[in-house]
Amino acid sequence: MVTTTVPPRPVYAEGSPLEWSEPFVAGEIVTDDAIAPRASWSAIVPAGCVFTLVDVGGNQSGDCLIFAADDTSERYSVPDTLAWQGNAYVTTGTVLRSNLGRPLMTVVGNEIDRQDTIGGACSKESNTLRYGHHTAYQHACRENFLYEGAKWGLGARDLVSNLNWFMNVPVEADGALGIVDGMSAPGRRVACRAERDVIVVISNCPQMNNPCNDFNVTPLRAIVTRPEGEGQ
Amino acid sequence: MATDNTARMATLGSVGAARSDARARTTRSPWMPELPASTTPTPPEGVDPAALLWAETVAPGGYTHLRVARGTRIRLEDVEGDASASVVVVNALNTGERLNIADTQKIPWQAYLGAGHPLLSGDGRVLATIVDDTSGSHDALCGASGDAWNEQKYGDATPEGPTPSGHALLRMAASKHGLTRRDLPPAASFFKGVRVADDGSLEWTGSAGAGTRVDLLAELPLIVLIANAPHPRDPRPDYIATPLRVHAWRERPTRAGDPHYDASPERERAYLNSIAYAELAGL
Repeated sequence: MVTTTVPPRPVYAEGSPLEWSEPFVAGEIVTDDAIAPRASWSAIVPAGCVFTLVDVGGNQSGDCLIFAADDTSERYSVPDTLAWQGNAYVTTGTVLRSNLGRPLMTVVGNEIDRQDTIGGACSKESNTLRYGHHTAYQHACRENFLYEGAKWGLGARDLVSNLNWFMNVPVEADGALGIVDGMSAPGRRVACRAERDVIVVISNCPQMNNPCNDFNVTPLRAIVTRPEGEGQ
Repeated sequence: MATDNTARMATLGSVGAARSDARARTTRSPWMPELPASTTPTPPEGVDPAALLWAETVAPGGYTHLRVARGTRIRLEDVEGDASASVVVVNALNTGERLNIADTQKIPWQAYLGAGHPLLSGDGRVLATIVDDTSGSHDALCGASGDAWNEQKYGDATPEGPTPSGHALLRMAASKHGLTRRDLPPAASFFKGVRVADDGSLEWTGSAGAGTRVDLLAELPLIVLIANAPHPRDPRPDYIATPLRVHAWRERPTRAGDPHYDASPERERAYLNSIAYAELAGL
């Protein structure tokens, strides 16, 4: 191991249980990647293919943005998604819509009670608000989105409210809202079918100030499958 | 059959005649900017009309866009009770910094907008503060109505049509500042309320009635984009919106000692970030 003077960052607790699970639907495996703790990932999910994200270690948030592959100015939109379905939470059957209201993906499988799309991504800057300026040095999801997005020509103008797979953010009766204890567990999955060719960007959340993952950052598994009968 | 053009020729038969005709058309409409702003027929309560910097009534299905200095106070009034103002605020110096609804809800630990609520950017700063609110019926979840929504509900969403979407209008407003749909994050919606039930379903609370207002205080130089279009969860089948009144005048940005400045530790740090940014940039 190289010695480093970079300040501490969240690490995987060696030996904690991991469950890598399997793709949610059968078919040809197009992509199958482990997303390391703190890291970002992106891929094109072709129309008709299914993207499965596995919460390998449990309660590890996969922050997610989705862009239309042929025109990235059309991208995932929280308000369109919520207004169309008339519900604040994401679950099986939720159509993930674009800023033009058109379907990008549909949630076809979900193994936790509900998924969040209100809480947004952590960032260096919002960490200074939530936790204090002593956290300003820490890497965060917004930075992962910018780093990963740059590979597709995306930048700050392309960051919008996102999905938080495996995160639990209830809205209480008086409007109180916050990240509470997770409902996920090792091996739980969410799966989304692409309704058109999309770019999916994931940040394996590097947050180290929230107890929701027991301060233990774990891998995610990202799988793209082409179900039988779907063309190339 | 020969057409009788005599009357039109009398009006448009020369440039001089056309000019006279155009000049004779100046009149008033119920939705127009008032210039200078001090001549507004409806000055905001408690404000010296001479201090006004902008006065405008936005039509139903209309939009406006303001470039404002730090410390500008903007009053939105729902005169008749069916205005629906979808608002996006953008840092005028760096348009990559704009309203971030998720942080606006998460950082104050509150999903519902109201008096004292900061409108945060994704860069940890307060762009604007809701410094007054007599409505209390707003929504930060559903944003502006979208094109596909208006097409399925009303049959059309285009800005030139009878039922423009809020998003189409925001795109028009944005384009006047060289911005495109990439630059439009989810919007905040004022004067039409939605609440989240236990099961997540969005319950319509609608309007608080005629004569309510929301005041926004610009904490940085801003481009303010405003669309006045029905909320997407409005249960009425028709496209119902009423005029939105907008006035703006100069105040001062939030500083230590103001009641909303340190309403919570998170907000105090957000104001500290905004003030440091402004001072470092010489604003």
